[in-house]
Amino acid sequence: MGEFVTENRIWDPAETMPHDELRALQLERLVQTLARVAEVPFYKEAFTKAGVSPDDIKTLDDLRRLPFTTKADLRDHYPLGFLAVGRDRVARFHGSSGTTGKPTFVAYTKEDLSTWADLCARFLVSGGLRPEHTVHIAFGYGLFTGGFGLHYGVERVGAAVVPAAAGNTRRQIMLLKDLAADVLVCTPSYALTIAETVGAMGIDPKELSLKFAHFGAEPWTEDMRAQIEADMGLLAFNNYGLSEVIGPGVSGECAARNGMHIQEDHFIVECVDPETLEPAQPGCQGELVFTSLTKQAMPIIRYRTRDIAQLDPSPCACGRTGIRMDRVVGRTDDMLIIRGVNVFPSQIEEALLRVEGTAPHYLIEIGRPETLDEVKVHVEVRSKDLSDKMSHMQALRDRIGQEIHSITGIHADVYLVEPQTLERFVGKAKRVLDHRTEKNDA
Amino acid sequence: MKIKQLSVFLENKPGRLSEPCHTLAKAGVNILTLSLADTQQFGIMRLIVKEPEKARDVLTQSGCVVKVTEVVAVEVEDRPGGLADILEIIEAADISIEYMYAFTFGRKDKAALVFRFDDPDKAIDVLQDKGVNVIGGVELYDSAD
Repeated sequence: MGEFVTENRIWDPAETMPHDELRALQLERLVQTLARVAEVPFYKEAFTKAGVSPDDIKTLDDLRRLPFTTKADLRDHYPLGFLAVGRDRVARFHGSSGTTGKPTFVAYTKEDLSTWADLCARFLVSGGLRPEHTVHIAFGYGLFTGGFGLHYGVERVGAAVVPAAAGNTRRQIMLLKDLAADVLVCTPSYALTIAETVGAMGIDPKELSLKFAHFGAEPWTEDMRAQIEADMGLLAFNNYGLSEVIGPGVSGECAARNGMHIQEDHFIVECVDPETLEPAQPGCQGELVFTSLTKQAMPIIRYRTRDIAQLDPSPCACGRTGIRMDRVVGRTDDMLIIRGVNVFPSQIEEALLRVEGTAPHYLIEIGRPETLDEVKVHVEVRSKDLSDKMSHMQALRDRIGQEIHSITGIHADVYLVEPQTLERFVGKAKRVLDHRTEKNDA
Repeated sequence: MKIKQLSVFLENKPGRLSEPCHTLAKAGVNILTLSLADTQQFGIMRLIVKEPEKARDVLTQSGCVVKVTEVVAVEVEDRPGGLADILEIIEAADISIEYMYAFTFGRKDKAALVFRFDDPDKAIDVLQDKGVNVIGGVELYDSAD
């Protein structure tokens, strides 16, 4: 198959800019960005408090002298305390998808919207999109950046959009079939729901014309990719972004599919230890921190994403020079601490996919009946996994438990449940029920 | 000579058994016999019906997890020692039984035994050699009508 899963095509020559030019451009744009935020009250105050002035930033390394910006800072300055332009220049508002707490608003100028469309076009093209394609977008259209971000990216490439939006899976499948979309855009968990429903409707996935999929907005695993690709007969690409930084388009996979290239001409990335906030050791996981370089309406300086991932600076066969990040393994605020062990829900998912290639419909339930944490993992059974022999069913349950243990180091009680009994999610999946926090709230 | 058995996954919760039974009733599928295997947490209901494909389809559509497996049904004298005689033949041939259950059907003084063997073909050969009546699907369903 060679080193590419599909043709390696580059949308914008800037993606392959030599490193020295890229660093020079980053510094130039960082200085411009700092000038733009100089009058934003939050930054003015934060910089003064940190004893640093924008004029002190003479090299890219000097960035580390600037304070971090957090989600809490955005909330404290709700709704528009971070706006760096007059309201007359704002062309669009979006909001965080509200996965955690109250939404935060972000703003775009006309120029920002154009930049954003270009950034999305880059990863869409690197993941197979061509102007002759039709793209089915099953992301929510609204304050959430996923729908509109991808929509304008597809239009920028010159392809056709089916703005299907979220919900009504059977109708989505009808549209996919009748309009013969080549590319699917949604969350990976929703793709699984689509694959499952296609099966339940008695449709052969090959009746659909899908060739490529672009998934984002939630963490997923390599095993999940293998399963969706096998079930749906397409190539799935990962992309990453968050509304506070711009939305989708911060990074995306190329045809070599060994990490997502961060669009470094528009963002500076850092990877820090979430405890010490010092740079993570090279090749180690850490929290990603982004600084925007071209945003006008709401530039962001050293934004702590709470997303845990790892950076890979090694050269990529595709020719893009942007540093790669691997999959987001979880968020600092998704991380569960169970009997003192750090566990991410994505690890449970990985364990389930290792066992039978089963659809990862699961629910993690954590309680503390006495003094110790206890974990129950509810897993849906599929016809493929069912045996008429009790011993096989018990062995299946035990194997799931063993995989969870080998990946996370914790012991979980596995409960096999009937299919379609766990809640399905159209947007971001909620798969954790933590009774310990309920108790604390009461 | 093998017959089809449906296995249905059930959570061990009140009401779980009646759902698939109602589904079959609505579809007009008569249950010849069933057996239940259960643990504290989940169970497997095994069913013999006249139209296994139809039963599988309606159950699957109603959201059940269903598997069709082949089992061996054997006619046995409905008298003390009837089962013991059959088991003796099976043991002598060194064939393992995963599970079994019994029921009476349309024939007077006869019962049917349903076996899940590790090697069903060998079991059928051995039983027929000894003159045991291994019942095919048609024979079983017709007698039950």
